[in-house]
Amino acid sequence: MIVHATNSTPDLHVQIGTLKLDNPVMTASGTFGYGAEFAGLLDLSRLGAIIVKGISLKPRAGNPPPRIVETACGMLNAIGLENVGLERFLVEKMPYLRQCGTRVIVNILGDTVAEYAQLAGRLAGVAGVDALEVNISCPNVDKGGVAFGAVPEMAAAVVRAVKEHAGQPVIVKLSPNVTDVALMARAVEDAGADAVSLINTLIGMAIDIHARRPKLANRTGGLSGPAVKPVALRMVWQVAQAVRIPVIGIGGIATAEDALEFVLAGASAVQVGTANFYNPRAAEEIIDGISAYLGQYQEPSLAAIVGTLRHD
Amino acid sequence: MPEFQKNYTVRRVEHFEANIVRLSLDASDIAAVARPGQFVMVACGTGQDPLLRRPFSIHSRYPDGGIQLLLRVVGRGTAMLAETAVGQQISLVGPLGKGFGIPPDGEVCLVGGGIGCAPLFFLAQWLVEQGVFPLVLLGAGSAGEHAALVPGLRDLGCAVHVSTDDGSLGHHGFVTDLLPALSGKVQKVYACGPVPMMAAVARFCGDRIACEVSLETHMACGLGACLGCAIPIPGRTDAYRHVCKHGPVFQATEVVWP
Ligand SMILES: Cc1cc2nc3c(=O)[nH]c(=O)nc-3n(C[C@H](O)[C@H](O)[C@H](O)COP(=O)(O)OP(=O)(O)OC[C@H]3O[C@@H](n4cnc5c(N)ncnc54)[C@H](O)[C@@H]3O)c2cc1C
Ligand SMILES: Cc1cc2nc3c(=O)[nH]c(=O)nc-3n(C[C@H](O)[C@H](O)[C@H](O)COP(=O)(O)O)c2cc1C
Ligand code: FES
Repeated sequence: MIVHATNSTPDLHVQIGTLKLDNPVMTASGTFGYGAEFAGLLDLSRLGAIIVKGISLKPRAGNPPPRIVETACGMLNAIGLENVGLERFLVEKMPYLRQCGTRVIVNILGDTVAEYAQLAGRLAGVAGVDALEVNISCPNVDKGGVAFGAVPEMAAAVVRAVKEHAGQPVIVKLSPNVTDVALMARAVEDAGADAVSLINTLIGMAIDIHARRPKLANRTGGLSGPAVKPVALRMVWQVAQAVRIPVIGIGGIATAEDALEFVLAGASAVQVGTANFYNPRAAEEIIDGISAYLGQYQEPSLAAIVGTLRHD
Repeated sequence: MPEFQKNYTVRRVEHFEANIVRLSLDASDIAAVARPGQFVMVACGTGQDPLLRRPFSIHSRYPDGGIQLLLRVVGRGTAMLAETAVGQQISLVGPLGKGFGIPPDGEVCLVGGGIGCAPLFFLAQWLVEQGVFPLVLLGAGSAGEHAALVPGLRDLGCAVHVSTDDGSLGHHGFVTDLLPALSGKVQKVYACGPVPMMAAVARFCGDRIACEVSLETHMACGLGACLGCAIPIPGRTDAYRHVCKHGPVFQATEVVWP
C-alpha cells in the first residue's frame, strides 16, 4: 500500500442533485428544532446541513401529552408534527437560519398532494432554503405520512407534485413501516426524487402495567435512537442497491462508527437524530470521527468509501 | 445566556432519609450564570441505557463556586446518580430554561413540597442576596426529609415553617394548611412540589397574590427541540407550551390546573 506523505484533510463533501454539502453530517428533522436551540452548545456552521422540524402549510398544535417515553436504548415519540406553520417559519425562523453559515433543508409535510405542491411552490424562491426533504412517512398523525409513504403510487404522486413546483433539490424521506422499502425507493426515484433519506421512526408502543394504559396519550409512537440502528442499516443497504440517486442514512446514529457503517452500506450522507438530545455535540463529534477514519485508512475522500462494503 | 455541556467532578455526596441525595459538583461556570429555577440535564451512567439525560433543578450555588443537586431516587436514572462517588465525573448540560422572576417590593413566601423543594434553596440564596428574606413553608413525608433543607435555610436568615404527613415534625398535615396564616403583606408566592400542592397554592393566591410555580414533565432534550414536554395553555386548543423552554417556571395563571 502506498502511504501518502501528505497530511491534507480528507475531502468530506457530498453532492445531492445540485446541492453541495461541505460534509455528510446533517441533523435530522424534529431533533434539532430550527437550529437556534443548539447554538449555545455547538458550532452550527460546522454541520453539513440543518434539517428543520417538519413544516406544514398551517401551524399544528400536535398531540396531547404525554408525548415521549424512554424505551430500552431508544425512545418513542408522538409529538404529532407540532410546528409553527409555513408563514411563521419564513418570518420567525428563516432569518436566523440564513446566517448560520450552514446549509438549510426544509422538511415538509401535508395532508394532501396539493398541500405538498403548495409548500414546494412557496419555498421555491426563498433565499437560504437549499433543499426540501419530503416527509411521506411520519407515523404519528392519522392523516399524515402513513398513507403516502406506504403506497408506491401515492408516494410517487407526492414526489411528482413537489418536483413540479420545487426550486431546490428534493430529498424524499422514506418510512420503515412498509413491507418492501426498496420498492418505495424505486417508486420515488422514478417520480423524480433527487435523493432518498431513511429511516423515519418505526411505529411502536409502551404500556403502563399498573394503570393498564398506553404510556403515550396517542397510544402509539415512533421509535428512534440506537435501538433502531440495525433495522435502519439493513434498509439503507437494501435501498442503496435498488436506486442510483444518493441515499442518506438515518436511524440511531450516535457516533462516527455508527455513521461509517451506513456509509459502507451505501449512504452518501447521514443524519443524526435522537443522539442530539442526549449529546448536543454528537454531530460535530461524528464529523471529526469520520475525518479521522478516512485519515487512518488513507482514503482521499468520503466518496471513495461509499458503498464499499465487502461481501467476500 | 451561555450554556455548557461538560463533565464535572463530584466533590461531595450526602445521603438523607427517604432516598434523598445531595450532590455537590465543581460546575463553577454554570453557577456563575445560572438563575434560580433553571435546571440541568444530567447523564445517568455512560451507556445507552438509560438513553436520555434527566432534568434536575439547580438546588444551590455554594461559596466555592459550584452547584448542588438535590434528588430523590425514584427510578433507574436517579438510582445510578445516587451511587456516584466523590471524585467521579458527571456530564451536565445547562443551565436551561427560564428561572423565577424578580421579587416585588414587599414580603415573599416560598412553598415547597417533597423533593420539589430542591430549587427553593437556590431561590432563597438569591433573594437574600437582594436583601429579601422570604418566609419558607415546607412539606414532607416525615421529619428526616427536612434535614436537607431546613438548617441551611435558617442559616440564610429565613423563617421556616414545616409540615409532615406523619406529624413527626411541625404541622401534622399538608403544607398548604399553613397558607391562611400568611401575613396580608405577602406580595408574591413561589411554589414548587407535587401538582395538587401547587394547584392549592394557586387557588389560594387567586388574583390577589402573584404566584410562580415550577413544573415537571418528562423531557428528552431540555433544549426546546423535541417538543416532548408540552403542556396545555388555559383556554386554548390550538397550541401548547413547552416546559423546558417557556418554563419550567410559569405564572400560576398560565397553567391548566387539575
Ligand atoms: C425541570 C425539572 C426539574 C426537576 N428537578 C428535580 C430535582 O431537583 N430533584 C429531583 O429529585 N427530581 C427532579 N425532577 C424530576 C426528575 O427529573 C425525575 O425524578 C427523574 O427524571 C427520574 O429519573 P429515573 O430514571 O430515576 O426515573 P424513571 O425510571 O425514568 O421513572 C421513575 C418514575 O419517575 C417518573 N418520572 C420520570 N421522569 C420524570 C420527570 N422528568 N418528571 C417527573 N417525573 C418523572 C416516572 O413517571 C416514573 O413514575 C425534575 C424534573 C424536571 C422536569
Ligand atoms: C422527537 C422527534 C421528532 C421528530 N420529528 C420529525 C419530523 O417532524 N419530520 C420527520 O421527517 N421526521 C421526524 N423525526 C424522525 C427523525 O428525523 C429520524 O428520522 C428518526 O428519529 C430516526 O433517527 P434517530 O434514531 O437518529 O433519531 C422525529 C424524531 C423524533 C425523535
Ligand atoms: S424537553 Fe425537548 S422540547 Fe422540552
